[in-house]
Amino acid sequence: MNLHEYQAKGVLRDFGIATPRGMTVTDPAQCAAAVAELGGDAWVIKAQVHAGGRGKAGGVKLCRSASELESAAQALLGSRLVTYQNAPDGQPVHALLIEETLPIARELYLSITVDRAAECIGIVASSAGGMEIEEVARATPEKILRESVNPVTGLMDYQARNIAFGLELSGEQIGACVRLLKTSYRLFVERDLSLLEINPLVLTTDGRIVPLDCKMALDDNAAYRQKALAELNDLSQLDPKEAEAHAHHVNYIALSGNIGCMVNGAGLAMATMDLIQLSGGKPANFLDVGGGATADSVAEAFRIILADANVKAVLINIFGGIVRCDLIADGIIQAVQQVGVSVPVIVRLEGTNAEAGRQRLAESGLAITAVNDLNEAARIAVKSARGEAQ
Amino acid sequence: MSILIDKNTKVICQGFTGKQGSFHSEQSIAYGTQMVGGVTPGKGGQMHLGLPVFNTVKDAVNATGADASMIYVPAAFAADGILEAADAGIRVITCITEGIPVRDMINVKAALRANDCYLIGPNCPGLITPGECKIGIMPGFIHKPGKVGIVSRSGTLTYEAVWQTTQLELGQSTCVGIGGDPIKGMDFIDCLAMFEADEQTEAIILVGEIGGTAEEAAAEFIAAHVSKPVAAYIAGLTAPKGKRMGHAGAIIAGGSGRAEDKIAALEKAGVTIAQSPAGMGLAVQQALANQS
Repeated sequence: MNLHEYQAKGVLRDFGIATPRGMTVTDPAQCAAAVAELGGDAWVIKAQVHAGGRGKAGGVKLCRSASELESAAQALLGSRLVTYQNAPDGQPVHALLIEETLPIARELYLSITVDRAAECIGIVASSAGGMEIEEVARATPEKILRESVNPVTGLMDYQARNIAFGLELSGEQIGACVRLLKTSYRLFVERDLSLLEINPLVLTTDGRIVPLDCKMALDDNAAYRQKALAELNDLSQLDPKEAEAHAHHVNYIALSGNIGCMVNGAGLAMATMDLIQLSGGKPANFLDVGGGATADSVAEAFRIILADANVKAVLINIFGGIVRCDLIADGIIQAVQQVGVSVPVIVRLEGTNAEAGRQRLAESGLAITAVNDLNEAARIAVKSARGEAQ
Repeated sequence: MSILIDKNTKVICQGFTGKQGSFHSEQSIAYGTQMVGGVTPGKGGQMHLGLPVFNTVKDAVNATGADASMIYVPAAFAADGILEAADAGIRVITCITEGIPVRDMINVKAALRANDCYLIGPNCPGLITPGECKIGIMPGFIHKPGKVGIVSRSGTLTYEAVWQTTQLELGQSTCVGIGGDPIKGMDFIDCLAMFEADEQTEAIILVGEIGGTAEEAAAEFIAAHVSKPVAAYIAGLTAPKGKRMGHAGAIIAGGSGRAEDKIAALEKAGVTIAQSPAGMGLAVQQALANQS
């Protein structure tokens, strides 16, 4: 689960990390109050969406007067910001962060993530801030600094110093950087984050080290014990179909193709998408109905898949393990009748009671094609989506 | 032979009297697994499914000589359950539980470094030596004792691989679902090394997916240390970047974790790649034929 920048900076401040002074506004009329509160003669106004690349997309603007701020706010609020990182129709802007400007001497990079290979929390820093870190790693790998943290000891002072000196800081900035790193690590652990990225982390001309931007993501598995953070979840940033699926505890991700997929198991769901592509078609979605698929969850999954107007055929792929295929077949029949499915439905059932399941589908009198070979099922789905005879 | 578990393995269930624990213990017993009891704190002394219930894993081990445990406790208590099993001397710990916070697993792995047990999972279907011992949620009937060792990050894709090898009369030596979480117990390499050393195993199927670099590491290991034929299937060629595809560990991040790179690394290591999830059995059959 991602947080907005203004929310992430609030978490940083909770842990005593100073951020640029700022105010969050949801109405252009609040700009005047922000100017009065922040003072100065220039401000940055930043669209709050869950995507990177906001600057290039016009979501971050430097303004030099209250009226300039207001017109920028007018233009951004209620619009959808399209960046190179989000969907083609972008994400809605419901809030803006207005901040003081800082005299920047250098831009640095800092992130904390889970290092899967080392099975611990890892810190990545670079003197090349303000750029995409993947690009830095490709072009100038020598500029990437890494530390792996032993969970027993936490981040040690020497590791923080390694980074501070590696960033070519000096004097009082060394201590300030060490404190920032240690606090950030503690915050990452105590708040069960899966990502904390500060890019850029700026060194000001008066020697302060300040997070100018901040991305934060909560480990979804820890949401139950991080209720305050979990409540910040902004579902408007998700694809509406994904938000709907989320509300029904269905694992769904929208894609751009025209063959809807309903599968039990995440790995098999991905494999089914791949197989559709291999057969010359394009999957419309990823959808895992889970191990205990019931008539209700199948009906809900149908509703979510069919809410996508691009869908021209639905491929259901179930490997019945503990769940019996004949019960799933009943669920599919019930759902097709309930939801009123008008596109071709191709069902591949395998595993426990598969034969009985296929028989029920065949006897249902509905336009459901039951297949037992997976390759064949994908081939028929692709043909059906093209409107060709099977 | 087989790896990790066989007909002599004595199994207990943690979370024994809960809904999941009860259901899957019954299934394991019906399969012929040597279940010897279970643990539910506070219910020690009772009988459940005809087997004794203990308050602690230590009590269960002392009374039954159990050397394997399957864990079905809720995510919030799973880390505690894994470490309790390790502390009691359980050799093979299988954690089926899904949704354990990453921070808990980091701590568990650090704590287990001083221990010589094997952890399978979490967020996995478990493991099975067909005809001998079933620990987990997989349907037993699709398996057949035989020569293919299977190691997989995905549950239902494991069943596909199993079913295909059963239909081709190849059968399986042992199947290990290592789970879909980013921080977990046994990895591909641990299982590959065991299959290489196991007499019954004549060929190996590896089922991977997007996210992390475990498949790339496995490819390097195969090239250097595995003489038996290996076939692989990798899911997620069509997965978009930055989205978590169901499993907590299945995400393409910052240009790493892509299916293409994993497939290329495995191909370079001489692994036979199944292009379709329906072709895993044929791929391992092909790999066996190429060998001889």
